Amino acid sequence: MIEQPISGPTVGHPLVDNAKMSMRDVNVFYGDKQAIFGVDLDIAENQVIAMIGPSGCGKSTFLRSLNRMNDTIDICRVEGTLKLDGQDIYDPKLDVVPLRARVGMVFQKPNPFPKSIYDNVAYGARIHGLVSRRTELDEIVETSLQKAGLWNEVKDRLDEPGTGLSGGQQQRLCIARTIAVSPEVILMDEPCSALDPIATAKIEELIAELSENYTIAIVTHSMQQAARVSHRTAYFHLGKLVEVNETEKVFTNPDHELTEAYITGRFG
Amino acid sequence: MDKLHFNEHISKRFNEDLEDLKSQLLEMGGVVEQQTINAVKAIIGADSDLAEKVIAVEDDVDKREVNLDEQCTLVLARRQPAASDLRMVVSVIKITRDLERMGDEAQKIAKMAIQLTESGASPHGYVEIRHIAAIVQQMVNDTLDAFARYDVAMALKVAKQDKTVDQEYASAMREMATFMMEDPRSISRVMNVIWALRALERIGDHAMNIAEHVIYLVEGLDVRHNTASEIEEQLAKR
Ligand SMILES: Nc1ncnc2c1ncn2[C@@H]1O[C@H](COP(=O)(O)OP(=O)(O)O)[C@@H](O)[C@H]1O
Ligand SMILES: [Mg+2]
Repeated sequence: MIEQPISGPTVGHPLVDNAKMSMRDVNVFYGDKQAIFGVDLDIAENQVIAMIGPSGCGKSTFLRSLNRMNDTIDICRVEGTLKLDGQDIYDPKLDVVPLRARVGMVFQKPNPFPKSIYDNVAYGARIHGLVSRRTELDEIVETSLQKAGLWNEVKDRLDEPGTGLSGGQQQRLCIARTIAVSPEVILMDEPCSALDPIATAKIEELIAELSENYTIAIVTHSMQQAARVSHRTAYFHLGKLVEVNETEKVFTNPDHELTEAYITGRFG
Repeated sequence: MDKLHFNEHISKRFNEDLEDLKSQLLEMGGVVEQQTINAVKAIIGADSDLAEKVIAVEDDVDKREVNLDEQCTLVLARRQPAASDLRMVVSVIKITRDLERMGDEAQKIAKMAIQLTESGASPHGYVEIRHIAAIVQQMVNDTLDAFARYDVAMALKVAKQDKTVDQEYASAMREMATFMMEDPRSISRVMNVIWALRALERIGDHAMNIAEHVIYLVEGLDVRHNTASEIEEQLAKR
């Protein structure tokens, strides 16, 4: 019943004029096994792009290639052109540490370090050598926690361990930690899957606020979340980028039958 | 591309929910269609019993509207439908509204039928009523068919007919004006006929609205406030 081909170009509008990141013909392999097939995609500046698709379709793999997180997996090989502000991020001369500051990542399970709330946020700023004095660091910690919407809840207990916070607070702490190094792009891989609906709503609210100043790519298995938080939505299927369109379009009238089948819960 | 497969959800109950919405809407459409036919029969045949029946059935139409709305609300709350499913639910809500209003117009015609029967006397303007009613009844029939079969071509046909109705209505109005000038004693009776014609014209408008909702349902294209030829152009571009 699905007659539209998966092979062939991505339907919709994968490319934009105001690209913060531009990916062309990206192929990703784990050893002999190919996980991503010829993806062309732009991520627009100060917008949220949601990546959706069935488990194992390659969302996390693709997301991790955007800040070379895949480098940490031995058997993983990324081919193609991936650019941040026009600069090739896989240029062998490029240092990945500053790259990962510019393109930060928030993971599925909140993963605070077994350290104080303060140190969790200060950590990145310290290792990236962004500050020299304690007062500057104090300021970064405070503004980052504020931007992450956590300041009021933790300002009186900055010395307590980050692991003592609730799940939702821990996730916002991780977002504060990511923001502390002044990233330009924030990658989020199912950031709410371990959270309850209220904590989820807070994170979604935060994503909306952050998107005014940051470019955000979020992988989510919740269609409603993608519909709520993103400007554009990319649908992946078996490692291929099937469709990219304005989120409103995807959720009211997608161009590809596979996208339709997935978001409406039909047999694909 | 035929995208409307409402029976292919992983959740069988979701299939049933949508199937229910569709069949109940079609049932309501059938009742309203019959209301229109009976109202016109009543006015032309000076049959006040039939007119009373139309007025009585109107309650049933109202109940159907409320029920369908409630079910749509439940589907929205339970399933958070997207894409064609979402368009289906939204279309059902809108079509229900138009059907209910068609029912109201049929009821108005029935009331005119009763007044005309009571006042007795010669049936000025019935030719016009019969004529416009034939076009409008075909539109109602076609627009429900278009919904049942997700048939955009049929919906477009209905949209085109709306202009014909408008023209017929304008020319009937001129006729009625002539009757009133020729015989001022007929004014109150002719006014009743005018109200009935007006109600028929409105039923045609609602049939056209439903046709537009069908186009939205199938194509995801909002064609309201466009002429039939503009709609045709937009569809051709796709
Ligand atoms: N570290 C890995 N080693 C080998 N294969 C992997 C690894 N990570 C993911 N894969 C494979 O790559 C494909 C895409 O996985 P992933 O990117 O995690 O999908 P998603 O995030 O969409 O669920 C899957 O077939 C998965 O088994
Ligand atoms: Mg994943």
